[in-house]
Amino acid sequence: MSEPQIKPSTPVLEGWFTLDEAAPQLLGNRCSACGTYYFPKLKTGYCRNPDCEGEVFEEAPLSRSGTLWSFTSASYQPPEPYVASEPFQPFGIAAVELAHERMTVLGQLASGTDLRTLKAGMQMELVLEPLDDGKLTWKWKVAS
Amino acid sequence: MSGDRDIAILGVGMHPWGKWGRNFVDYGVKAARDALTDAGIRWRDVQFVSGAATIRNGYPGQVAGATFAQALGWQGAQVNTSYAACASGSQALAAARSKILSGECEVALVVGADTTPKGFLKPAPGERPDDPDWVRFRLGITNPTYFALYARRRMEIYGDTQEDFARVKVKNAAHGFENPYARYRKQFTAADVAASAMVADPLRLMDICATSDGAAALIVCSVEYARKLGRGDAPRIAAISTVTPSFASELLEMPDIATDSAVACAPQSFRAALPRKAYEEAGIGPEDVNVAEVYDLSTALELDWIEDLQLCKRGEAAAMLREGITTLGGRLPVNPSGGLACFGEAVPAQALAQVCELTWQLRGQAGKRQVENARVGITANQGLFGHGSSVIVKR
Repeated sequence: MSEPQIKPSTPVLEGWFTLDEAAPQLLGNRCSACGTYYFPKLKTGYCRNPDCEGEVFEEAPLSRSGTLWSFTSASYQPPEPYVASEPFQPFGIAAVELAHERMTVLGQLASGTDLRTLKAGMQMELVLEPLDDGKLTWKWKVAS
Repeated sequence: MSGDRDIAILGVGMHPWGKWGRNFVDYGVKAARDALTDAGIRWRDVQFVSGAATIRNGYPGQVAGATFAQALGWQGAQVNTSYAACASGSQALAAARSKILSGECEVALVVGADTTPKGFLKPAPGERPDDPDWVRFRLGITNPTYFALYARRRMEIYGDTQEDFARVKVKNAAHGFENPYARYRKQFTAADVAASAMVADPLRLMDICATSDGAAALIVCSVEYARKLGRGDAPRIAAISTVTPSFASELLEMPDIATDSAVACAPQSFRAALPRKAYEEAGIGPEDVNVAEVYDLSTALELDWIEDLQLCKRGEAAAMLREGITTLGGRLPVNPSGGLACFGEAVPAQALAQVCELTWQLRGQAGKRQVENARVGITANQGLFGHGSSVIVKR
């Protein structure tokens, strides 16, 4: 295969997370008026809290750790725009609750995570790993 | 009860669900003609056509009320098209109810039909990071991912098992076996479900509904019009809830990558809000319900819906299932039609198909699927982008 080389630091979604390999963070924003967090960043400029007229938002890196809400696997190859390796390698997906932001965020599970070892409520932390096409994404890993 | 806000269901019709490979208009016209025959009125009597729409390739233009009106023969009726994802049928029905209750028309046709693509539902192509639907597929998060997260959560919190989820499939397959409009008419065992391929742990292929071609239609009218036809006893629509979610979302909702942040507003469940509004509107409570048609996109989701409909306490739906309460012959059958497990989802037709089933049940015309002495039925469904509905039918 003569596919163009993807730099190891190319994020799958530009500006969605920091590229700090040691302690990556998702990048949301936050309404200056009511404090509501948004991930992905709210770009409309108008807070979605129905009781808030906030129009000013500050960038807000989200907590790097949270508790496992639920988890699953992608055992079938997802359709495009997912880019799968051949043969397709199944992967895990987790939903993690961030206590400070009071929100739950989806992400793939770190490669090699065995679903049978997971329980709701476990501490999870954010890591960066490549997707099958080499682009970097955030993933959830059982906290060490 | 707020009976002065009721409308009557004069006729219902469906095209069998399947993968027929024909244009959705064919199915819709067949369902509409069946509904007209069932209602005992002529097409020219219909004063308002309300079509349930979907979007194909980003273009909603053709799947519209006017398309069905033309195929039936343009006769100058007023027309409407409603798009609300899985709740399109209910919104089209709500539009007809508004016309009828405001006196702008007496009798309306509500129709939804679809021809679905094969395989996973997927987003339009291109690099579109501002579209949440594109983003989640880019990360490998499909529709079954969400169903599986809810299912696993039930296992973790309530102690439900994969065997419980299989029981839902076995029950619904037995129900739909007797339904001439169902696509899958085959009995299954728990072993069959367990032997099917894992799609999104803990859900297997047989836990997840397919997509289908199909059509459903209703003829609805004012209570006065029904009386004039000697049909004053026809089942009535007592409530149509099509509320939006309330900020902040409690659950991860397809296609989002995160819930809302509940820092400033308490988290609220959208699924629970839909029937709550319907009960309030109808002046009917969950204790009055005899039969429910709920959106079992997955087996486990049927259990969530039973709790959202307040038919039992949180966490008790699996026990209800195990006791046979939700099976035909039980106290409160759920999905006597066979549900999505036997139909597969035909998006703009599905919410109307649920109302068709309740109509047959309340008339006592459901044959071997009959729920004994059904007087009050409720539907529930939820789709993408904050769309959902719950309809109460009574007699």
